[in-house]
Amino acid sequence: MSAAIPLHAQLINLFAAVILLLAFAMLAQRRVLQLINLFALQGLTLFLSTLVMAVKIDQMHLYYSAALTLTLKAVLLPWILHRLVRKLHVKNEVEPLINIPTTMLIGLGLVVIAFNVALPISQLSSTIARGTLGIALATVMLAFLMMITRRKAITQVVGFLAMENGLFLAATSATYGMPMVVELGIALDVLVGVIILGVFFFQIRDQFDSLDIHHMEKLKEH
Amino acid sequence: MMPLLAIDLLLLAAGLWAVIGLAGLLASRQPRLIARVLFPLGALVGLGVGLIGLTALGANTQTAVLAIGLPDLPFHLRLDNLAAIFILLLGFVSAGISIYAAGYFRDGEGPSPGLLNLEYHLFLASMLMVLLADDAYAFMVAWETMALSSFFLVTTNHRHEEIRQAGYLYLLIAHIGAIAILLSFGVMTSGSGDYSFAGMRAQALSPFWGSVAFLLALFGFGAKAGLLPVHVWLPEAHPAAPSPVSALMSGVMLKTAIYGLLRVSFDLVGMTLWWWGVVALAVGLATALFGVLYATVQSDMKRLLAYSSIENIGLLAVGIGLALLFHSYQMEALAALALTAVFYHCLAHAGFKSLLFLCTGSVLHATSHRSLGKLGGLIGPMPWVAWLALAGVIAGAGLPPLSGFVSEWLLLQAFLFSPGLPHSWLNMVVPVAAAAVALVAALAGFALVKFYGIIFLGQMRDPGLKEAHDAGPLEKLGLLWLAALTLLLGVLPGTLILRLDAATRQLLGKGLAERIAENGWWMLAPISPAQASYEPMIFLAIIAATLLLGRWLVHRLYHGRVRRTPAWDCGYHFQGPRAQDTAEGFSQPIRRIFEPMFRMTRHFPTIRDRAPTYSVKVEDHLWYWLYLPIARLVNALSTLITRLQGGRIAAYLMYSFVTLILLLLVARP
Repeated sequence: MSAAIPLHAQLINLFAAVILLLAFAMLAQRRVLQLINLFALQGLTLFLSTLVMAVKIDQMHLYYSAALTLTLKAVLLPWILHRLVRKLHVKNEVEPLINIPTTMLIGLGLVVIAFNVALPISQLSSTIARGTLGIALATVMLAFLMMITRRKAITQVVGFLAMENGLFLAATSATYGMPMVVELGIALDVLVGVIILGVFFFQIRDQFDSLDIHHMEKLKEH
Repeated sequence: MMPLLAIDLLLLAAGLWAVIGLAGLLASRQPRLIARVLFPLGALVGLGVGLIGLTALGANTQTAVLAIGLPDLPFHLRLDNLAAIFILLLGFVSAGISIYAAGYFRDGEGPSPGLLNLEYHLFLASMLMVLLADDAYAFMVAWETMALSSFFLVTTNHRHEEIRQAGYLYLLIAHIGAIAILLSFGVMTSGSGDYSFAGMRAQALSPFWGSVAFLLALFGFGAKAGLLPVHVWLPEAHPAAPSPVSALMSGVMLKTAIYGLLRVSFDLVGMTLWWWGVVALAVGLATALFGVLYATVQSDMKRLLAYSSIENIGLLAVGIGLALLFHSYQMEALAALALTAVFYHCLAHAGFKSLLFLCTGSVLHATSHRSLGKLGGLIGPMPWVAWLALAGVIAGAGLPPLSGFVSEWLLLQAFLFSPGLPHSWLNMVVPVAAAAVALVAALAGFALVKFYGIIFLGQMRDPGLKEAHDAGPLEKLGLLWLAALTLLLGVLPGTLILRLDAATRQLLGKGLAERIAENGWWMLAPISPAQASYEPMIFLAIIAATLLLGRWLVHRLYHGRVRRTPAWDCGYHFQGPRAQDTAEGFSQPIRRIFEPMFRMTRHFPTIRDRAPTYSVKVEDHLWYWLYLPIARLVNALSTLITRLQGGRIAAYLMYSFVTLILLLLVARP
């Protein structure tokens, strides 16, 4: 049976699985710098998966988006985040709101839901990588979960970026990638978003002497 | 080249008003230029609009399409007889108000004159567009522009807390009303998606949906006009606004709401049920009684006039109700009589109420007092304003030979023929309504006598009033113009009704023209001269002759000398100004008789008080029974919703996450 699956499809499935694994690793990771490294690794895997897809179906725009992924998600964004962490002197320890084992259990449940939901859609899809749609959805959800359960503003940004990785994976696996214009737009958005958030970090730290977001609870209207 | 039609000229006029407004913005550094050039120009445009409206009465219906706004959704415009009446009203009345405003707005008061000029002329242009609109989209755009520009005019002196509150209340009720109007239009399209008025006329609604559309329109336009449960903004907004703006709002803007109600109920809905007339009649009567009772007990001169406007709007609603009632039983001649009364009262009220509001503006400028308790005896220092205000007061009190009498007389005539209605209990109830209208007219006279007597007659209640100065030349011109309109409407009803006839004929297929033409222009006999007739010229002649004869007799036969003594001192020469009847004292009998109608808090002095004071505060029951409970409910609901905003980002993310998961699970194929 396994022989029936061609090599490139196996490779894509493998990379997708690695991305999911990395998502879990990020959920379990307690250190900020390590978290950023894991994010970079996820970006690299995403690049590889897109590259395989591009080689197989030989579409020029997929090469472009693979290159974009590599520069942006594997190199540029991790580098910006590293610099931010160093400049802001963030304590390397991450304090989650819910303890790690519980988070992992919730994550497992989310993966089940994601696969369940994605099944009928991936049957409609005709691309070579349709099996990865469930994984992509699970990655999005796990990243969302990370945003909810972490306290530091910087980990929330990483969660936000990881969510974008999941969306990108979903786009390539279901439809051979989005149109080039859309992809460029999203890439630019993410880059600008991170830069603006970086500026906000400095403002937040100046105001509250900390990057802990529970200080912002007093910002509501009374 | 095509000849310019009346409707093109009107569009040009609206454009000119807008241009004048913008020009003032550019020249906001030169307030003299704005006051002496732009406002008089606006008045000239108003005069032109009025003349076009007058000539358009009886002419053919004209339409135009104006390609502004959204693509594929142009403004449809239409000029017919119904619109022409209100355009003529807008033009002539605004001409007087604008020329007065040229003298009234001065440097250093309120906001920048450029801004004021812009809002004022936009307000005029938007009212004109409301009257011309021929589709729901154009109508709502113009309607909301009118509401917003008048909101900014009301809050001209926004540094006072109570003026900001008045403006907020006005805006809130205006928007609630606009929602009802929009829904009414939506019901009348009955799902066809054609929002032009022609499309609405073509729809045949079921009686249920027709009634829904009518009631929504009654509520929506009633909110703008000041009908009973949604009247509360009116006595707050009118005193807050500068006097020319109050005059414009009370004289003209309220009439656009009456126009809208007439347009929907006689033109667009395309059917009439008899009980609609009863509803309008009941709401109108309640409004009129409420308004006039509260007008009698006010001690702020502009609030008094505002309540009197509520009363007049109530009378207009009574007239509309009566016309609907007759129309539903195909008694078109009587419906035409009631409708003519409505049109005439619109014109009459626009004239005299603007005149009175402008007079309060002059008094306010001369004395900087608004409270009646500080005024008195102003006929000495301000003879022009006092005598012109007298014309407004006589018309407003419904006395011959001025305009108010004609319209109220026509309305009561319409009531007198209601026994012809083929419905047994209506026959019994409607005469009671006629009696109530007569009561309203009498109380209106009381309120206006109070207004005039306390401000202009008697002795000055404040020593500072001696320095009061009369109105300036431009202000006098504006007042004279409006007083002349009031007099013309009073003495030439026959000629004018011949003109208005085109509109009643358009809506009902019948008018009063034949009768008027039969009897000659000098005699007004709507049904037949054997039953009732009114000859204003004869009244005018007799009144003038009596006055002249009296004056001649006093001068020739009595002593021939004019002595000036303190007014109303009854021969007792220690009588000071504080011994005169006060505004509160004057209306005390009314407060006594109608005590349950008011929510009064009184403070009486006791024997031992060193500095005895008496105060009475009259408030509106509806405010406590209707508005505060609704406000509390809204407050409680929003407190509940505020709990969602806990300030925790994790919780916010959780809301969207849970929503996402639930949607994914629910929408799973």
